[in-house]
Amino acid sequence: MAEVLVYVDHVDGAVRKPTLELLTLARRIGEPVAVHLGAGADAAAPVLAEYGAVKVLTADAPEFADYLVVPKVDALAAAYKAVSPAAVLVPSSAEGKEIAARLAVRIGSGIITDAVDLEAGDEGPVATQSVFAASYSTKSRVTTGTPVITVKPNSAAPEAAPAAGTVEQLAVSFGELSTGTKVVSRTPRESTGRPELTEAAIVVSGGRGVNGAENFPLIEALADSLGAAVGASRAAVDAGWYPHTNQVGQTGKAVSPQLYIAAGISGAIQHRAGMQTSKTIVAINKDAEAPIFELVDYGVVGDLFEVVPQLTDEVKSRKG
Amino acid sequence: MSLRIVVCVKYVPDATGDRHFAEDLTVDRDDVDGLLSELDEYAVEQALQIADEADDAEITVLTVGPEDAKDALRKALSMGADKAVHVEDDDLHGTDALGTSLVLAKAIEHVGYDLVISGMASTDGGMGVVPAMVAERLGVPQVTLLSEVAVADGKVTGRRDGDAASEQLEASLPAVVSVTDQSGEARYPSFKGIMAAKKKPVESLDLSDLGLEADEVGLDGAWTKVDEATERPARTAGTIVKDEGEGGKQLAEFLAGQKFI
Ligand SMILES: Cc1cc2nc3c(=O)[nH]c(=O)nc-3n(C[C@H](O)[C@H](O)[C@H](O)COP(=O)(O)OP(=O)(O)OC[C@H]3O[C@@H](n4cnc5c(N)ncnc54)[C@H](O)[C@@H]3O)c2cc1C
Ligand SMILES: Cc1cc2nc3c(=O)[nH]c(=O)nc-3n(C[C@H](O)[C@H](O)[C@H](O)COP(=O)(O)OP(=O)(O)OC[C@H]3O[C@@H](n4cnc5c(N)ncnc54)[C@H](O)[C@@H]3O)c2cc1C
Repeated sequence: MAEVLVYVDHVDGAVRKPTLELLTLARRIGEPVAVHLGAGADAAAPVLAEYGAVKVLTADAPEFADYLVVPKVDALAAAYKAVSPAAVLVPSSAEGKEIAARLAVRIGSGIITDAVDLEAGDEGPVATQSVFAASYSTKSRVTTGTPVITVKPNSAAPEAAPAAGTVEQLAVSFGELSTGTKVVSRTPRESTGRPELTEAAIVVSGGRGVNGAENFPLIEALADSLGAAVGASRAAVDAGWYPHTNQVGQTGKAVSPQLYIAAGISGAIQHRAGMQTSKTIVAINKDAEAPIFELVDYGVVGDLFEVVPQLTDEVKSRKG
Repeated sequence: MSLRIVVCVKYVPDATGDRHFAEDLTVDRDDVDGLLSELDEYAVEQALQIADEADDAEITVLTVGPEDAKDALRKALSMGADKAVHVEDDDLHGTDALGTSLVLAKAIEHVGYDLVISGMASTDGGMGVVPAMVAERLGVPQVTLLSEVAVADGKVTGRRDGDAASEQLEASLPAVVSVTDQSGEARYPSFKGIMAAKKKPVESLDLSDLGLEADEVGLDGAWTKVDEATERPARTAGTIVKDEGEGGKQLAEFLAGQKFI
């Protein structure tokens, strides 16, 4: 069976959920070979094996952290040479897409980004994309070279399927360009303890209607009662009420949770582009004409300052 | 020495319009008005600011696109760019990301550059891959997704706000930069700017000017193929209730019914 390279997204060996989804999807088109770069391979390998990696290629070097993107491309290209895979799958993070982009140029292959589904086809893997703010669904293929495909989080439910997961060292020689862009300093983001926005099963977002940073705890309290991640519209972010990393939409995060709750958000096309593929959509807005209501499964026309706290209390009491 | 800045700008269908696919499964451009991708306005803005800081700089805006894409160039010129290059060729219809990056890289080399500035992603394809591809093709550093950027002493520095961390980056020129919509509001063209833009040079290039063959680009040369594009049924409007004091409780009831609580 053909091998499929899966680029592992991890934090010091803690494998992130989108990678487990990729391993699950990879098994539809071949045998997953995971590529783990940086520290923590010992911790990651058993997890990768549990989700179907027949092999785990690992490399660690200071270059991966000290320089932007290119060292990882050098390593992935080395894995590509070592394996001759039928496809290369990379998580659709900002960095993942850039790694995939350079790899595609280097190995002379077409690229598809932001796939939301993947299946085997007669002429290679077929990727589904959700485009134009989710108003269209397309099916595409790579016709030249080895398909390089980036896949959005929440595109598949991770399924365990234990495999050998044999760990092998990957020999990487870094090219001249690898040290081109130096990471001079890095300030890690403080953890909120809440789920990752792109991976969360439930997202609660606040918009301009929240009317001030001091009111965002209202949104956070609802999120915490549901075990959800917190999102924000660009209007709320631009006003400085919530960090940009929490922005949902075209220039923020694309989320695709089981449940999306929008409070005080009108539903502009750029916001919809980032949440329209959510399974269930709920909105609270005092304006009955707000475009967000065109998308909702359930909507409450009302003041969020009344509705949200009541909902939070109700969720808490029902959960006991 | 003059700092040569090339800004890549894309002409895209208006996202607030009703966008469709044409019969050949490329974007139907007759359907909706086109405009300069709003995210590329941020790239033009940063170029203008960098040029202001430099002793001597020249900004060329570059687009690969159909005839109407000149509108995007005019907008960028009216914001203050000095000149424009338009790569225009019937054989470009349907070019994918690999092809676009190839044409851009050739055109950038044709113009001559110290710094290339792009947007973070187009507002149509929205792949966010072209700047990295162009850097790979030109063989220069990529300093991408910056929310802050500065150029001094032959170096570009900037801040990249990622999920896990915020990073301070540095590279020597020549380099490819992309900027996010957090980099600073783009200016509106002034009346004077709009008038001045009419006199600024727009150079048109075709594939042969760039030493490219028709089969390296366009639908025929594309390395990817769209087999199907299906319009999604609009989401059917669900239940909408007016809050009469019990809105939160009713919503909780709905969530419980869907097994979210
Ligand atoms: C290139 C580009 C990229 C963009 N990218 C993004 C993006 O990634 N994400 C994004 O979100 N936007 C993005 N935008 C901005 C987008 O166009 C909208 O401006 C933005 O989404 C509006 O945010 P909002 O819905 O919070 O604010 P508004 O549109 O002002 O809506 C606020 C809503 O709150 C309601 N409201 C007010 N008070 C209350 C109350 N007490 N109770 C209940 N409801 C109340 C109002 O009725 C209104 O519907 C982008 C725009 C451009 C041009
Ligand atoms: C809905 C949709 C989905 C698509 N999916 C794919 C796909 O999976 N694979 C694929 O290979 N192609 C795909 N394409 C085609 C692809 O969008 C175009 O080839 C495009 O020119 C490059 O990608 P982008 O627009 O996504 O640019 P991005 O990578 O998002 O653009 C980033 C920046 O590059 C610069 N730039 C991009 N294009 C141009 C240009 N023509 N002229 C000047 N500067 C430019 C701009 O500064 C822009 O801000 C898709 C197109 C659409 C409309």
